[in-house]
Amino acid sequence: MAEIAIRNAGKTYGKTRIMQDVSLVINNGEFVVILGPSGCGKSTLLRMIAGLEDITDGEIAIGGQVVNRLEPRERGCAMVFQNYALYPHMTVAENIGYALKVAGMPKADRLAKVAATAQSVGLTEFLDRKPGQLSGGQRQRVAMARAIIREPKVFLFDEPLSNLDAKLRVQMRHEIRRIHNQISATSVFVTHDQHEGMTLADRLVVMNKGTIEQIGTPEEVYDRPASVYVAGFIGSPAMNFLPGRVTDSRSAVVLDDGQTIPLVSAIKPAAGQMVQIGLRPEKLTLAPLGGGALAARFEFAEELGSGRLYHLKIEDVPVSVMAAEKHSFVEGQTIGLRFPNDAVHVFDGASGLRLDLHHAPAAALVSA
Amino acid sequence: MRRAYFKTSWIAALLLAPQLLIIFVFFYWPSAQAVYWAFTLEQPWGGGNTWVGFDNFRNILSDPYYWSSVRVSLIYAVAATALAMGMSLILAMFVDRQLAGYKAYRVALIWPYAIAAPAVGLAFRFIFNPNAGIFSYVNTVIPGLWDPTQIGWQAVVTIILAGAWKHVAYSFIFFLAALQSIPRSLTEAAAMDGARPLRRMVDLQLPLLTPTVFFLFVINITDSFTDSFGIVDTLTGGGPFRATDLMVYKIYSDGFRGFDYSGAAAQSIILMVLVMALTFVQFRYVERRVHYT
Ligand SMILES: Nc1ncnc2c1ncn2[C@@H]1O[C@H](COP(=O)(O)OP(=O)(O)O)[C@@H](O)[C@H]1O
Ligand SMILES: [Mg+2]
Repeated sequence: MAEIAIRNAGKTYGKTRIMQDVSLVINNGEFVVILGPSGCGKSTLLRMIAGLEDITDGEIAIGGQVVNRLEPRERGCAMVFQNYALYPHMTVAENIGYALKVAGMPKADRLAKVAATAQSVGLTEFLDRKPGQLSGGQRQRVAMARAIIREPKVFLFDEPLSNLDAKLRVQMRHEIRRIHNQISATSVFVTHDQHEGMTLADRLVVMNKGTIEQIGTPEEVYDRPASVYVAGFIGSPAMNFLPGRVTDSRSAVVLDDGQTIPLVSAIKPAAGQMVQIGLRPEKLTLAPLGGGALAARFEFAEELGSGRLYHLKIEDVPVSVMAAEKHSFVEGQTIGLRFPNDAVHVFDGASGLRLDLHHAPAAALVSA
Repeated sequence: MRRAYFKTSWIAALLLAPQLLIIFVFFYWPSAQAVYWAFTLEQPWGGGNTWVGFDNFRNILSDPYYWSSVRVSLIYAVAATALAMGMSLILAMFVDRQLAGYKAYRVALIWPYAIAAPAVGLAFRFIFNPNAGIFSYVNTVIPGLWDPTQIGWQAVVTIILAGAWKHVAYSFIFFLAALQSIPRSLTEAAAMDGARPLRRMVDLQLPLLTPTVFFLFVINITDSFTDSFGIVDTLTGGGPFRATDLMVYKIYSDGFRGFDYSGAAAQSIILMVLVMALTFVQFRYVERRVHYT
């Protein structure tokens, strides 16, 4: 059993606070991806779990045991580093087997296990090479093998794929997920790449400036982003945001240029509240004007091969639309936009929080 | 890199001249002079030098005093080098791990290298002085226990300590730089793999330091043969009873105290060849081999 419970964890470097009040429970066997832009504290959080950084506030428990004061070797975690951190003077076999050697496993057993592990990640023919003689993808595999061989309770990955080319990245992504399923460890994977996060995760943790913005399945995070920040970060091309004001009847939002967007009844804003309307480019369709369509001015289009990304403006607010059809609009032409009612995300104008969010995002998921 | 080209070669010659002059006056000329002395012998009643071939070398190599000087030079070189490198490695590891007060160490440890050898000698003369120094305390407890002016091996220990102390700084800087160039994530990976600090040192840091160890070993040994003069001169003057008569010091005392220019010149040729051989080893093996990519 290796459930990871993070309770109100925080981190300061000297007087600089870089993380506060992070609470998260990662279930046994779960694959959790921590997603966020560079510098938001993902690595720091991972390293706090690993024991490579002090936990300055709060506590972290692995398998029910608080690990704040435990050394890395006492925590039962294995880690794959971004730059792989292979031992340059050791062969691939020595790299993979190092943890077992330290643990005092007899040589014959160790070599057998190294061979088996190398086989499982396709490294058998490279066992006698030094890391310097390997390609990026092969080094990545060595790093993986070095983590796997220990049969850890917890797997920690710090952007392990970011140094690989696009094709290899996708391939290793599948490989990592396969290995996770196979050895049924608890995995925590840090990345700034939303595609990686979406495809790998059982649950996503979106971080921003040292705090958690949202925890949820990739689907939940995409369908019901908890804040403007998450909504803008997840999804590509990024979500469109239109500022507006809620009507007195509370059933619609008036945009700055006077057009209205009807709200579904589940959303209960205050009359006159300033809000941000969020619309995903892929949920918008181009349509003739009139009949409730939103009018927008065409600027230019980008060819994507599979379709086009149309760039428009409503007043001065840019709006992009992803569509399969290929229209030839002229610049300045007014075009209608349609969208299903439930594709409208409404966020508070001041706090940026989602209006129809019935639960506090992080707290609800923390077991007592 | 951009290079400057000079149209007229006399400008180049002019710019080179000061450096060439210095090298000529302080290196080639004395070296040539030494070679000349080494193969000749001054006639007893004047009248210039006569060519004697390898006689001077034969005399030296059959002189038991010379061989005892070689022996003590080797002991000094190996012991001072080992001590200096061992100490500096330990200190560098402390500083690298940023143990308490490491910033103070870092500055304090660089000072000794900036101190001239004779000044080091004087400082240690005080420390080890049997009557007035710190060690005089030992003598108040057990009289006569410590006296490097009388007891040969204590004099050797004294110059070894002083020499090592002076060299700690240099090695320390190199070790620290080498340790800090080991990526942090390597140590962290080893920590995750279960290795404790001592184990990481043996399995990771020391192997990755081998290029530096080789480099420092050669540099320190070379330095011990040449740079020890100031320390011997101020601390022991080669005594007691030639116990600390290192090769470089013996050249001086034979030549300028004993006025045996030819014998001293022959010895300095031997020392020069030795140092050149070590330098060759350094270029040939240390600079090229022991690299990890
Ligand atoms: N040793 C340190 N001292 C001070 N600040 C640090 C240190 N390490 C990281 N930080 C700061 O902590 C923040 C989070 O860093 P990090 O966890 O590496 O971000 P991420 O992995 O999300 O890119 C950054 O703003 C970074 O500048
Ligand atoms: Mg990072």
